[in-house]
Amino acid sequence: MGVDHDTIVGLSKSFGLFYLIALSAAVMIYAYWPSNKKHFDNAAKTILRDEDKPWR
Amino acid sequence: MISTLTKGERELAIVILGILACVGLAMAAAGRADPLGAHGWLIIALCVPMIFFVIAGYYTPQPAEERLSQYYDDPSKAGIIAAMVWVVFGLFVGDWVAWQLVYPDLTFDAAWSSFGRIRPVHTTSVIFGFGGNALIATSLHVLQRTSRARLPDQLSPWFVLVGYNLFCLIAVTGYLMGVTQSKEYAEPEWYADIWLVIVWVVYFLIYLRTLARRKEPHIYVANWYYMAFILVVAVLHIVNNIAVPVSFGHAKSYSLFSGVQDAMTQWWYGHNAVAFFLTSGFLGMMYYYLPMRAGRPIFSYRMSIISFWGITFMYMWVGSHHLHYTALPQWVQTLGMTFSLMLLVPSWASAGNALLTLNGAWHKVRDDATLRFMMVAAVFYGLTTFEGSFMAIRPVNALSHYTDWTIGHVHAGALGWVALITFGSIYAVVPWLWKREAMYSGRLVELHFWLALSGTIIYVFAMWNSGIIQGLMWRTYNESGTLAYSFLDSLVAMHPYYIARATGGLLFFLGAVVGFYNIWMTIRTAPAAQVSDVRTDIPVPASAGTPALQPGE
Repeated sequence: MGVDHDTIVGLSKSFGLFYLIALSAAVMIYAYWPSNKKHFDNAAKTILRDEDKPWR
Repeated sequence: MISTLTKGERELAIVILGILACVGLAMAAAGRADPLGAHGWLIIALCVPMIFFVIAGYYTPQPAEERLSQYYDDPSKAGIIAAMVWVVFGLFVGDWVAWQLVYPDLTFDAAWSSFGRIRPVHTTSVIFGFGGNALIATSLHVLQRTSRARLPDQLSPWFVLVGYNLFCLIAVTGYLMGVTQSKEYAEPEWYADIWLVIVWVVYFLIYLRTLARRKEPHIYVANWYYMAFILVVAVLHIVNNIAVPVSFGHAKSYSLFSGVQDAMTQWWYGHNAVAFFLTSGFLGMMYYYLPMRAGRPIFSYRMSIISFWGITFMYMWVGSHHLHYTALPQWVQTLGMTFSLMLLVPSWASAGNALLTLNGAWHKVRDDATLRFMMVAAVFYGLTTFEGSFMAIRPVNALSHYTDWTIGHVHAGALGWVALITFGSIYAVVPWLWKREAMYSGRLVELHFWLALSGTIIYVFAMWNSGIIQGLMWRTYNESGTLAYSFLDSLVAMHPYYIARATGGLLFFLGAVVGFYNIWMTIRTAPAAQVSDVRTDIPVPASAGTPALQPGE
């Protein structure tokens, strides 16, 4: 007895919902974690630095 | 070009080309009169001159150690030129196809020029030829800048670029000979598909190897989008193209899937090709070139992360909205519809992020046509993703599916979003790569912008009208309960819109020709003053109407 249609449907209708909610929550928490803010603002600004050479 | 390769890389290049030429010979021998044999000869005809090209440069001095203190941009330059060649060709064929629908005689009674063969030539040339080359070129440029690391070696980017263009060439020539898997955006047959997998894995490895050597601790968000594009396209391409060839000497193959599974796999692939090829990669472009050109950081970096994961999670599920009212189980259709609607959130987060970045810099958008290309692209991205979510609703789809509305939607995305963000990025990166102060002519950038925008609007409005008329005519019943219009009636009603569509396409094509000329002249025109220090070679956005100094001025 392998993985049949009903198993897949059952899995996606039960577990599917929760893991997608969990993933969304994880992303939101990561993005809005207060101590990450400085890090992100810095990341957005660093690309604008006026240089065009690799760092060695 | 060969002078930038080390001795070992030159030898490896000859070996790879030699192996490829042998594969070509084997294909020519096994395929004989089959199109596979013709492709074998094509591979030989391309590889043998390239072997001689490498041998001719074999004894040039090796690149100095100082190369490691500079980025390696030659593949990006070649990729941008290739993208422009493909776009001019692809748009020409596209407009030809459009005129064929107006004047069917334009097939000139030949098999190779029939609608069914040159339509995929158009789609492959613009999506894979233009879009793919532009993505490869810009991704390598962005990757190096944001990681502050040079590409790991000199050969693998050339392998990816040349190999990818070989794939596109085999695909396009195949269609003309009647070779097709009949899967939309996945038409190339098994041997081309296998080759693309090899090229694609090397591409992804370049990305990982460069990131592993990065000097900037944070991986900038544009790289995430580019990596999602490379990784997911590999997965999609492999799964959708699992097939068994009739024989090793035969171009034809049969898919592993059949019936409704085949349809679902194809549209899981098809819509994710839109998502990860035509969206994710170009968002990577937008998240780098838009802030660079505007000279200000992205409005909300946090929002860019959320929309990245939103797009990655949700797009995977939406393919089934292409199969509403089919044999596909109802719940799978509903799943696709629901995820399509939710997808509006991350899509608009990206579009809004782009426009809010420009908020406060509207004078730059007014003066700089390059930045305006990117801004209008973001607007079209927002419009098209809204339209897409709307059309995925089952009852709306009952009206829109199989009509020209779909064509209008695709082109709002492909012309308005993909092509405009690419042209904007190319105009931003060309002076940067070739170390010029600005494009050859700011006025021509301006002209291209207006040709492209008016062409897109004419095209999209024509198809909206045509599509809705078709949809309504096909569902109108008379008193006796039978269809009021024949298919031919709807065809006659579409004729004026087809003329308008082909005219819009013509304008867009002319814009690309202008762009090609402008880029060519920028490359040819010597820089006004030699830039001695590479630190200062980030171009300052020049306002429109102030062209770079011409020789003799």
